[in-house]
Amino acid sequence: MGSFQSLPDDHQYRTLSQKTGFSLEQIAILHNRFKQLSQNEETLWRDDLKTIQDLESNPIRYQIIEAFFDRRNFQKDGVGSVEEIGFEEFLTVMSYFRAPAHRITEEQREEMRRAKLRFLFNMHDTDNDGTITLEEYRHVVEELLSRSGALGRETTKGIADAAMLEVASISVGPMAPDEFYEGITFEHFLKILKGTEIETRMHIRFLNMDTTVLCKQRCV
Amino acid sequence: RDWRTGCFDEECFGVLKMFILVLGLLVGSLMPLGGAASSPDTGTGHGGSHGNKDPGYAKNGNGTTYSKKPFPVLSFDYEHVRLPFEISLWVLLASLMKLGFHLIPRVSSIVPESCLLIVVGLLVGGLIKLVGEDPPVLESKIFFFYLLPPIILDAGYFMPIRQFTENLGTILMFAVVGTLWNSFFVGGLLYGVCQLEGHKLAYVDLLSCLLFGSIISAVDPVAVLAVFEEIHINELLHILVFGESLLNDAVTVVLYHLFEEYSSVGLITVTDVFLGIVCFLVVSLGGIVVGAIYGILAAFTSRFTSHTRVIEPLFVFVYSYMAYLSAEVFHLSGIMALIACGAVMRPYVEANISHKSHTTIKYFLKMWSSVSDTLIFIFLGVSTVAGPHQWNWTFVVATLIFCLVARVLGVVGLTFVINKFRIVKLTSKDQFIIAYGGLRGAIAFSLVYLLNPEHFPMRNMFLTAIITVIFFTVFVQGMTIRPLVDLLAVKKKQETKRSINEEIHTQFLDHLLTGIEDICGHYGHHHWKDKLNRFNKKYVKKCLIAGERSKEPQLIAFYHKMEMKQAIELVESGGGSKLPSALPSTVSMQNIQPKKPSQDRALPQLSKAREEEIRKILRTNLQRTRQRLRSYNRHTLIADPYEDGWNEMLIKRKKMKELEKKISQMNNYLTVPAPPPDSPTIARARLASDPQAWGLKSVTESIPTIKVDLASPQSPESVNVVDEFSKKGSQPKEEEGGLTMKVPSPAKQRKDKTPDEEPQQRLMRCLSDPGPAAEEEDEDEPFLP
Repeated sequence: MGSFQSLPDDHQYRTLSQKTGFSLEQIAILHNRFKQLSQNEETLWRDDLKTIQDLESNPIRYQIIEAFFDRRNFQKDGVGSVEEIGFEEFLTVMSYFRAPAHRITEEQREEMRRAKLRFLFNMHDTDNDGTITLEEYRHVVEELLSRSGALGRETTKGIADAAMLEVASISVGPMAPDEFYEGITFEHFLKILKGTEIETRMHIRFLNMDTTVLCKQRCV
Repeated sequence: RDWRTGCFDEECFGVLKMFILVLGLLVGSLMPLGGAASSPDTGTGHGGSHGNKDPGYAKNGNGTTYSKKPFPVLSFDYEHVRLPFEISLWVLLASLMKLGFHLIPRVSSIVPESCLLIVVGLLVGGLIKLVGEDPPVLESKIFFFYLLPPIILDAGYFMPIRQFTENLGTILMFAVVGTLWNSFFVGGLLYGVCQLEGHKLAYVDLLSCLLFGSIISAVDPVAVLAVFEEIHINELLHILVFGESLLNDAVTVVLYHLFEEYSSVGLITVTDVFLGIVCFLVVSLGGIVVGAIYGILAAFTSRFTSHTRVIEPLFVFVYSYMAYLSAEVFHLSGIMALIACGAVMRPYVEANISHKSHTTIKYFLKMWSSVSDTLIFIFLGVSTVAGPHQWNWTFVVATLIFCLVARVLGVVGLTFVINKFRIVKLTSKDQFIIAYGGLRGAIAFSLVYLLNPEHFPMRNMFLTAIITVIFFTVFVQGMTIRPLVDLLAVKKKQETKRSINEEIHTQFLDHLLTGIEDICGHYGHHHWKDKLNRFNKKYVKKCLIAGERSKEPQLIAFYHKMEMKQAIELVESGGGSKLPSALPSTVSMQNIQPKKPSQDRALPQLSKAREEEIRKILRTNLQRTRQRLRSYNRHTLIADPYEDGWNEMLIKRKKMKELEKKISQMNNYLTVPAPPPDSPTIARARLASDPQAWGLKSVTESIPTIKVDLASPQSPESVNVVDEFSKKGSQPKEEEGGLTMKVPSPAKQRKDKTPDEEPQQRLMRCLSDPGPAAEEEDEDEPFLP
């Protein structure tokens, strides 16, 4: 089992730092965690993530795990999913959860918002056709309510349908009876989540602490 | 009516007349009426007409034990109603003032209400003094026990928990550290000034100055609420300033008692300081614990109130008041107890009580807090006229300057530290508003009033200084904050309704962030929030919420609530052309379909002409709900399960008409307790499936159109009328067609009757309250969203 350089490789870290925007300490911490999860192997498999205890109670754990293996989150035009990821991909996915720096320009902020919303969008759009269809949206709502006991599929359908209707009416406006709304495109998605300030809400505080090691180290 | 263009002068005149009348009554009531009040036989000239009694008079013959006086028909006895009468008059005056201000449009948009009320108080006080009476002063006991609690409860019960907890660190910093800084700065510098001044102020010692500093440095929630409510500032700033004003109560209580206790001794040791810190922790945490206990008790009690809906609001009020008083017994922070009680009980109580109780609670709280608020400001004005004053230019001016400077320095310094830990940093505009919004108010006044004049010979001077500061902050800062907010273009409150999409994505994001934290192995604040939520759901909700509601997930609760709101709006607007904004009226489900139709049935073709005809008829009949006709395009058609049963459709429609009638009859029963307290779902199902409700109605030409039934779950929680009927009165059961998309039959032509169905359906859902036994959705913020 070749170990992924057990000593922090400065050059490698530096390139990663430039690419993802993390600081060197943060990369070191995340690398430790990666090694912990992958049991000191070079790559991470889905099963490794599934073993995390705390994720068990999360209703959308499968989607979260899938997001790590989704090529669209690694590269601009990636398609499909992979079976295993390396540290670089892990870090790339984590970088979506960085908070915006204090002084950034409006464009950078907008770019960050788009990137984060793109990540969210990819999580919903499972068949990668560029739109979230009604079925996919229903699936999202079902997953959200999956931990909450059986309250009937009809309620989830009702909720998903109402939400879809709302998106359609906000994005497209009045539609003639024979028009057909395919699904939520990325632009519509941006529109409905416009007011939520996603760039500040979607972040993990940990990734902003430049100073101390807050990672919970369990014995491997 | 538009007051601006309306009969301005007439209204004004009317208001003035009322004003003068009430003022006259008030002043008159305070005059000594003892002499005129008691004897029953004055003014009883009519006594003789009453009968055959001897007109015996008070001056009797000697020895006669029984003196007959004429029966008093009309007597004047003011003394025995004096107290309640005066109280009521004051409340009446306060309310009429409030009324009056809103009738005078120009003034109320420039000057905040609090200022106007103080001016009125000054006038009334002046009038009373002119008459020669002693104006009543704002007694501290009355203030702290009767006037303050409603305002705080109102604030605590409707506190936005999410923003509060997100900014808790910042708020605590401002409340605790900021207040401490202010107290010591002001107190210390004032002492220096007093020493420098010379013989007039030399008797003011350090501890008294510190005491004064601690009293005056606390930001007052009443004043902040009064001013900030009118400027509609963005939620972050509002919660920061307001949260600070609430939480600094603990600091004020501790400092006040500390300095008051030891000012007679004149010395404070290190042990005392240490004890003071411990005391602070005890006071604040103790207050919160007391409040939380009462909150849980209230929540638990509300679980069993399904049979006695009428007294539900009473529990909320009494438990909260008890929390306040219990905290005061131990000299803990009553304000924090009240806030904790309201915040803890709210999510559970609202899940248990009926919709009407919720409305009652809301309106009572608003009413009481409004009246309290008004009375406080009026009394401040009156007390200014009444109170013993001792004006000392140096002291007062120094106080004012130091207060302002301390506030600004404190805010700037603290923000510098806080911004290191915040994601959303506070800009300098925010800092300015926070500093400027630090208003002082009646709490400071009452605290000074409580001082014992023997221990504190400079009490009157303190009073004067405090009143000056209060006036300055309320008048100058209160009046100018609104134009300043506009000038600085501070972000205002966004009046957006929370949509179902936002709710879905907020929840999704919460889970996502928790998951990422777990993957990182970092136990961050999402992790703990999630744990708390799960604990809440698993144990606490089961205990405190009655029935099935305890298991209802938040998303569904939100959805039902939204549905409910839509229904009520629709009914209120009379099913008018303007639909509630949450209901997308322009898109129907037919526009959103799966890409590949699941079934490809061969469907009858319509000729173009027929299509047009149908469309035309529809258009002329669709006045209300603007449903769209599905186009007869065989590629986009989805088969309707009921396609073959048009007779059934017909009967359904008739039944619904009858149901509407029955509902309007039910209206009469809404306020009467329903005899069998069924579970609400059974009650609703009973209503829906009641065969008596259905009758036949003559069917006119109607084309059944697409009935978009947005909320048509088949779960027990809500009932879908149409699907109900399809099962011919059986209980609703699972059905794969969550949305009933019906294809109008080309063969039959029926006029559209759906506009009535929609309101009926909505009507049914929202009127399905067969009296107090129903459970309903309430407007509430999720406890831990």
